[in-house]
Amino acid sequence: MSELNTSGMDAAASPFWPRVTPGQRLVLAVLFVAIAMLGFMTLNVRAGWAFTLPFRAEKVAAMALVGFAIALSTVLFQTLTHNRILTPGIMGFDALYMLLQSILLLTLGRLFYSQLNPHIKWLCEVMLMTGALCGLYYWLFLRQKRDLHVLILVGIIFGTLFRSVNSLITRMMDPADFDVLQDVMFASFNRIDSPLLGIAAFLVAVISAWVWRQRFQLDVLLLGDAPAINLGLNQKRLTLQLLVAIAVLVSVSTALVGPVTFFGLLVANLAYAIAGSHQHRFILPMATLLAVATLIGGQAVLEHLLHFGTSLSIVVEFVGGLFFLWLVIQQGRR
Amino acid sequence: MSTASQESPAPRIAPPLAVLLLLALMLASLLVGVADLSWAALSDQDWLILLVSRLPRTLALVLCGTSLAVSGLIMQMLVRNRFVEPGTTGTLEAATLGLLLMALFAPGLGVFTKMLVAALCALGGSLLFMALLRAIPLRSMVMVPLVGIMFGGVIGSMTLFIAYRFNLMQSLANWSNGDFSAVLRGRYELLWLTAALTAIAYAAANRFTLIGLGRNLAMNLGLGYRSVMLLGLVIVSLISAVTVVTAGVIPFLGLIVPNVVSLMMGDNLRRSLPWVAWLGAVLVLVCDLLGRLLRYPYEIPIGTVMGVLGSALFIYLLLKRTRPAYV
Amino acid sequence: MIQVTSVTKHYGDTPVLRSVSLTLPNEGVTALIGPNGAGKSTLLGIMSRLQKPDSGQVLIDNLDVHSTDNALLARKLAILRQDNPISLRLTVFELVAFGRYPYSQGRLTDEDTNQINQALGYLNLHSLQHRFLDELSGGQRQRACIAMVLCQNTDYLLLDEPLNNLDMKHAVDIMKLLRRAADELGKHIVLVLHDINFASCYADTIVAMDQGSIAHQGTPDELMTPAIMRDLYGIEMSIQRIQNKPVGFYHL
Repeated sequence: MSELNTSGMDAAASPFWPRVTPGQRLVLAVLFVAIAMLGFMTLNVRAGWAFTLPFRAEKVAAMALVGFAIALSTVLFQTLTHNRILTPGIMGFDALYMLLQSILLLTLGRLFYSQLNPHIKWLCEVMLMTGALCGLYYWLFLRQKRDLHVLILVGIIFGTLFRSVNSLITRMMDPADFDVLQDVMFASFNRIDSPLLGIAAFLVAVISAWVWRQRFQLDVLLLGDAPAINLGLNQKRLTLQLLVAIAVLVSVSTALVGPVTFFGLLVANLAYAIAGSHQHRFILPMATLLAVATLIGGQAVLEHLLHFGTSLSIVVEFVGGLFFLWLVIQQGRR
Repeated sequence: MSTASQESPAPRIAPPLAVLLLLALMLASLLVGVADLSWAALSDQDWLILLVSRLPRTLALVLCGTSLAVSGLIMQMLVRNRFVEPGTTGTLEAATLGLLLMALFAPGLGVFTKMLVAALCALGGSLLFMALLRAIPLRSMVMVPLVGIMFGGVIGSMTLFIAYRFNLMQSLANWSNGDFSAVLRGRYELLWLTAALTAIAYAAANRFTLIGLGRNLAMNLGLGYRSVMLLGLVIVSLISAVTVVTAGVIPFLGLIVPNVVSLMMGDNLRRSLPWVAWLGAVLVLVCDLLGRLLRYPYEIPIGTVMGVLGSALFIYLLLKRTRPAYV
Repeated sequence: MIQVTSVTKHYGDTPVLRSVSLTLPNEGVTALIGPNGAGKSTLLGIMSRLQKPDSGQVLIDNLDVHSTDNALLARKLAILRQDNPISLRLTVFELVAFGRYPYSQGRLTDEDTNQINQALGYLNLHSLQHRFLDELSGGQRQRACIAMVLCQNTDYLLLDEPLNNLDMKHAVDIMKLLRRAADELGKHIVLVLHDINFASCYADTIVAMDQGSIAHQGTPDELMTPAIMRDLYGIEMSIQRIQNKPVGFYHL
């Protein structure tokens, strides 16, 4: 995969407005986030401010958290695997998380599971997720050395596999209540699982702080595994730490709103194109800001202007699918 | 290197044995069900269940399994790629979109007309996919299914959006997850069309093998390249539309069955196509039995069972048939 | 007889063939030579109807190859391009048997089986006939492909760099075989060759192409001169006679 590594570096100068410095770009992105939030909070208020504002504020917080987590996990995963197409969403990690949820439910039993403190339950799931992710990463990326396209395809099919096994398990558990169960398990942008908001925010904050301290090491990792080792990086430890961080972030976003396949791909690549730098100290904030802005802005437009309700994820899948096609074709051309 | 081997490399599975296995599975499929039949002395009621529900279901399974596996095989010849089937070329998704549009704009039309429109959409989707493939330089074997899956995904999200806006999610769910529990007499007969299509495919088996050799060699041997290509696409589109409208999508079936047969006896379709059809039927019968027995008396749709089995096998095939990259 | 009349072909804006006209004799071996990008493969592709010219005409035995029924042409001329990526799992026998498709549409008669066995024997493939193509080396696969087009039993045989992938022994064997097919079976063979010495030793006629046009046409003795070779390839070549054949030496 060595030929791909250079592609991580060539975005140093953005094709858009080359004169604007990366710092100024970040300020612009913050502005976008502010506008999106303002729009979501104030557009089309009918039920009175006293009710609407706290109700919407919780949604904004959740969406911001989800966008942040997806963008961060995507960029970290792409830096780790030295490519710009494969994302946790496309690899089906969110489906893996939901599968683990079902397996936990199956092994612990319904009654015990429902009585468990949601925070402890969730932490168990996150730990399981971390283990599974490490196993998958080591098997697929280190044991099965294949070219990128094979890995992408295998990743996509893994997503299908996780989803199918999950629906098989849930049907095995309670075929009669299958549809009800599906409904409960599928959170969405309109049904955010808010009790987890606090602990999720805390975890994301801890991880972000850690990632921010590693930002220069991440730049080195982008050069490729061999150069990174050559430059004295403890590459094995960093890989493991990154996998843990990604597992937690994926768990956060999936637990809150359910699977969104292409969102991470879109915002990460958007960030590479307009951050104006390849350094993680610019890429990471840019990707997260863009994610928050698009998620909240998109939801504001769809929900409050067009009254399309929960269709944001469908729109994201459509645009993301087209973008993915374009990316793969571009890759093939080079 | 050159060991004189006069024997054909294909393992000689005795055809009678294969037919026997298929019949045994069909019998098992007839025997399993929620309603208890007293087989010793079939009452009128029992006969009714057998004729209205059990027999149609078993026949539908065999027809679907056979035709989907064969359509996957043909698609692999037309695209000259091992990893495609109608589900990874946008064909099935386009057929579903067509059905949805018919449900939206012409709900009163008969199921045959709806199926024809769906088949037309499927044909359009496949042609678009072919055009897409021509437009991009393909370096690796896996690019083709990758592009196809994403192309199907884009069509699928369009379909989902329409279904969502117009409250047709229920119908969409029926088409997109294969399930034979609703197959009754009077609601599956369209599937007999696939038997005819499979027969046509067998009659043209040599032509499809030639297409699989590539345009240059096929033209050199005097094949009407474009017409055979079109014939193949029409067969695949019709099979896709019929199965989607009667039973729903059964994922990966058309992909793994031809691959397994190819590994065992090669790609000379005149020889391998009957085996592909046979294995398709066997696999579908087994998966359906599994789905019915795993959580008896409840049923797990065959689409779900195949989703697990098929994706696992697909990953295995992908890693087996591509070489590790030592970079 | 193959008659090419003012054939022109562009790839995008780049002219590949500039109004090429050419008449080839009725039998024997004709070699197309010339530097890379001269248009040899494109000309062969157009002569064999696999590619369409922008303008111009190709007649084979007075049949226009671009309007005559494809199935009829398949019994008149056979073409083998230089790379034939066959991803199908066919046995050698099955592939060669497809050479009989123009005659029997896949239902093999005794005559077909004879022809297949003859072709397999010609290319020394009997011991490999039940092996799958994907288990063979590149050279063995190339031989299987040649056996297939030979099996088509056409008057005209067009081969685009048939010696690709072959080691020296197999390359010589193939050239000897083609020579024999021309002499004994009266076939007309047109082939693109990169090695001018193979062309000189085995061809009756050499057609030299350069920049999309026919530069020279003649017997090996007429064409193998230092002046023509300098003109064609831009290298100094000393031409020696070895076993009464003109052989070019340019490696030092």
